Amino acid sequence: MDFDLIINSFPKLLFASITTLKLVSVSLFIGLFIGLFFAILRIKNNIILGKIAYSYSYTFRGTPLLVQIFIIYYGFGQLEFIRESFLWAILKEPYWCAVIAFALNTGAYTSEILRSAFQTIKPGFIEAGKSLGVPNKLIFYKIQIPIAIRQSLPAYGNEIILMLKGTSLASTVTLMDLTGVAKYIISTTFKPIEVFIIAGSIYLFFTFIIHNVIKFLEKKYSF
Amino acid sequence: MELLLFGKTGWGDELIVATIMTLAVSVTAMLIGFIFALIFTPLKLSKNKLFNLIANFYTTIIRGVPELLVIYLFFFGGSSAIMFVASIFGYNDYIEINAFFTGAFSIGIISGAYSTEVFRGAIQSIDKGQFEASNVLGFNKVLRFYKIILPQMLRLSIPNLSNVWQITLKDTSLISVTGLVEIMRQSYIAAGSTRDPLLFYTVAAILYLILTFLSMKIINRLEIKYNKGY
Repeated sequence: MDFDLIINSFPKLLFASITTLKLVSVSLFIGLFIGLFFAILRIKNNIILGKIAYSYSYTFRGTPLLVQIFIIYYGFGQLEFIRESFLWAILKEPYWCAVIAFALNTGAYTSEILRSAFQTIKPGFIEAGKSLGVPNKLIFYKIQIPIAIRQSLPAYGNEIILMLKGTSLASTVTLMDLTGVAKYIISTTFKPIEVFIIAGSIYLFFTFIIHNVIKFLEKKYSF
Repeated sequence: MELLLFGKTGWGDELIVATIMTLAVSVTAMLIGFIFALIFTPLKLSKNKLFNLIANFYTTIIRGVPELLVIYLFFFGGSSAIMFVASIFGYNDYIEINAFFTGAFSIGIISGAYSTEVFRGAIQSIDKGQFEASNVLGFNKVLRFYKIILPQMLRLSIPNLSNVWQITLKDTSLISVTGLVEIMRQSYIAAGSTRDPLLFYTVAAILYLILTFLSMKIINRLEIKYNKGY
């Protein structure tokens, strides 16, 4: 056990975890809207829109995240029209490529979570709203969405943790996140166990916080 | 399109071999995971606090740390650990362990943690009466496990194990960082030498989709088959 290495690399890894946290929060934020959008497509009784939303979530849940990042980072850059359009300003940055891939990936899972939450809402709630003369829009915003959010909290908590672990793949497209820096230190010092212990504990610490925040929210909004 | 043809100029045959490699690693990893799960599930359910602690330590850490980090640990740490053991026996040359084994083992440890949770859940949902009835009939602990608990546990865990299988299958794409030539690595090589990454990564995505689609079909069949009596 090399304690000097542990003490020396701890600040570097802690600093790198800022990149990880930024990636997680930005992609979760975008992914939430993508997920909500596709979940709504699924619950509307329109067959074509439903099929589109289903194939989106099936594709992104059925392929590894690594493939998705590589298609966006290496693949899209080869298309002439993307390189000439305004999109290139975004797609040439590995950071944004990673964020797009993560957001689309978590969006697919979130859409499934929200869809099942919407579908488990008791029809009585909606009927009660209708019988009180509440407009459809208000029923959706004031009744369906709050209940769906509460229902999907536990599953969404798992998704946040999966995303936290998923962002480690950003290191494969040259981003120096927590895993990226950990790999760099491992490959220069050949001391994998020490680095694993620190990087692993930082990840576990974040997981622990997310887990407890979700638990707290579940308790607060339980009915 | 001719890049995907078979033979010397195309990458079709290489990609098919790579797909078989992905399947082989996934199946091996899943089986290694089962071994881990069969060791840690009893520890998790045991009344001994120390055993509980060990099993919880395993599942919490593996499920809370990114897969890539675990793979790096075994990829960089595996050969030095083996060399250390070998040096005790007086062997001091460099030993390189097989990329297939490192990959399957690290993914296996990960999938084992998920399988442990699945088995634990399945055993806990078996009716208490089953345990009591087997006690009354005088089964000993080993026989009770093999003849009564295990068959029911397997049936109950099929749906969740299918999720674990999907996770394992997708996780094998990460082994490409160790150089094992599976779908992801082969696409990387092909994309590098033809400068057509979009085509090859899309093909890789399609190959993974085919694998997940087919395995879902097979698992659904299994589920129907084993639920016939219920």
